[in-house]
Amino acid sequence: MTTDKQILVVDDDPDCLEQVAVVLRASGYEVISAYSQAEGEEILLRTQPKLAVLDLMMEEMDSGFVLCHTIKKLYPDMPVILLTGVTAATGISFKSQDQRGRAWIQADVMLDKPVRPEELRTVVARLLAQ
Amino acid sequence: MDHSLRILVTDDEAGMREGTARALSRFTTRFEELDAAVTYTVETASSGEEALEIIERQQPDILLLDYKLPGISGLDVLAQTQGKVKEMITVMITAYASLETAITATKQGAFDFLAKPFTPQEVRAAVRKATNQLLLLREAHRLAQEKRRIRFEFISVLAHELKAPLNAVESYLNIMHSGLASADPKTFEHSVTRSLVRIQGMRKLIFDLIDMTRIESGTKARNLADCDLLEVARSAVETQEPLAADRNIKLVLDAQAPVVALVDRAEMEIVMANLVSNAVKYNRDGGTVTVRLRQTKSATRIEVEDTGIGMSEKEVAKLFGDFVRIKNEKTRHIEGSGLGLSTLKKIAGLYKGEVSVRTQPDLGSTFTFVIPKEGETAMDKPRSSIPTPMATY
Repeated sequence: MTTDKQILVVDDDPDCLEQVAVVLRASGYEVISAYSQAEGEEILLRTQPKLAVLDLMMEEMDSGFVLCHTIKKLYPDMPVILLTGVTAATGISFKSQDQRGRAWIQADVMLDKPVRPEELRTVVARLLAQ
Repeated sequence: MDHSLRILVTDDEAGMREGTARALSRFTTRFEELDAAVTYTVETASSGEEALEIIERQQPDILLLDYKLPGISGLDVLAQTQGKVKEMITVMITAYASLETAITATKQGAFDFLAKPFTPQEVRAAVRKATNQLLLLREAHRLAQEKRRIRFEFISVLAHELKAPLNAVESYLNIMHSGLASADPKTFEHSVTRSLVRIQGMRKLIFDLIDMTRIESGTKARNLADCDLLEVARSAVETQEPLAADRNIKLVLDAQAPVVALVDRAEMEIVMANLVSNAVKYNRDGGTVTVRLRQTKSATRIEVEDTGIGMSEKEVAKLFGDFVRIKNEKTRHIEGSGLGLSTLKKIAGLYKGEVSVRTQPDLGSTFTFVIPKEGETAMDKPRSSIPTPMATY
């Protein structure tokens, strides 16, 4: 496995993390796991993965957003996928259609949990091909 | 807190309007128990029509309303504002304070009466009384809104907590369905095992929710009787025995039998089951759980000590809230609904008792549930005596 296929997956729910990892590994990617925003930041300081898949709500309500901003500051070209199960919890949809909303969120793609394996694979492949 | 209230004086006699306005212009009321000082601005209207116009434009807080007016009467004004205008206190001014008038006006929503002619002292006393009523009304309104907010928040979090295991199971099924797991028996096995664990967790959440609803709703009659807590503890320990044995955790029951208290047995079963199961879940492999039952003249104490991961001060601060789960690298693989300890706190409230914790990171925690004796006789009081504002749903 070459390091240019490394993907960082950050989620505080071990099942969600495992599920994303299974799908990505089956597609030939190498997965680096982190269970929190803090752990994710630590990993990003010593290595630069090709792409990141982040959960939104971890130790804080907005951990995913914050981590996303950190990534874009360190590695502006690294694609970020943000996973949210938040819609049902707050009644607020973070899926932003307009330009301003997307610019603020900074994630390249937002996906609602649970994510279907084909959808995740397709999105990852598309982002890495760009 | 300081308030400025608007008073509208409606009277067809100019002298009455001016006199009343003068009596209230530099008037301040203080309410020590509400920690409030109230000042007033006074507006006047000479007819019922004019009063309605002013009310429509900007609602006053207190309406001093003459009963007999040239056009529409004071009662008509009352009738037209009732239901539409909220949080306005109306004081009727009347020269003929007949019982019949009073009854009609009260039915229409008037709060108080002021008999003509009145002195400045009398109108100030009436305004003070109306102000007190208004502040109480606002406070009640604020509390009701707060209760609604807490309920909404509770339901939002509950929805999220129910959705999480559902998502997890659905994703595992998706993985199996897509054939990703068939290549690797380990992945398949893991998917099935984890799905079962998450479904069990979801069931536990629903059961905990039912326990909590029972305790909070007050619909289930509490059955207070002498109950041997040692028996309840023994049963809780037995239930946890297999899980504890798997991880080589020793369960110790330390009590001088029997420990009889006047309690609701079902509530004590919830308390004991939660404390013992937490002590096992958050213990280290090979650790010990000690359940201690002690009785003094004034109280019965249930103490459950573990040799587990312990907690930081910051974690303890939020421990007894609804859906609070302490999340860190040590608790990552521990399942829980986050309702157990908040339910215990609510049960403690029913007994005017308390539940507390002493803890040290990596050394362990001791949870203490205290049932005061005097509380035991006063227990079947209404549920509204529970001190903390609680989520209801």
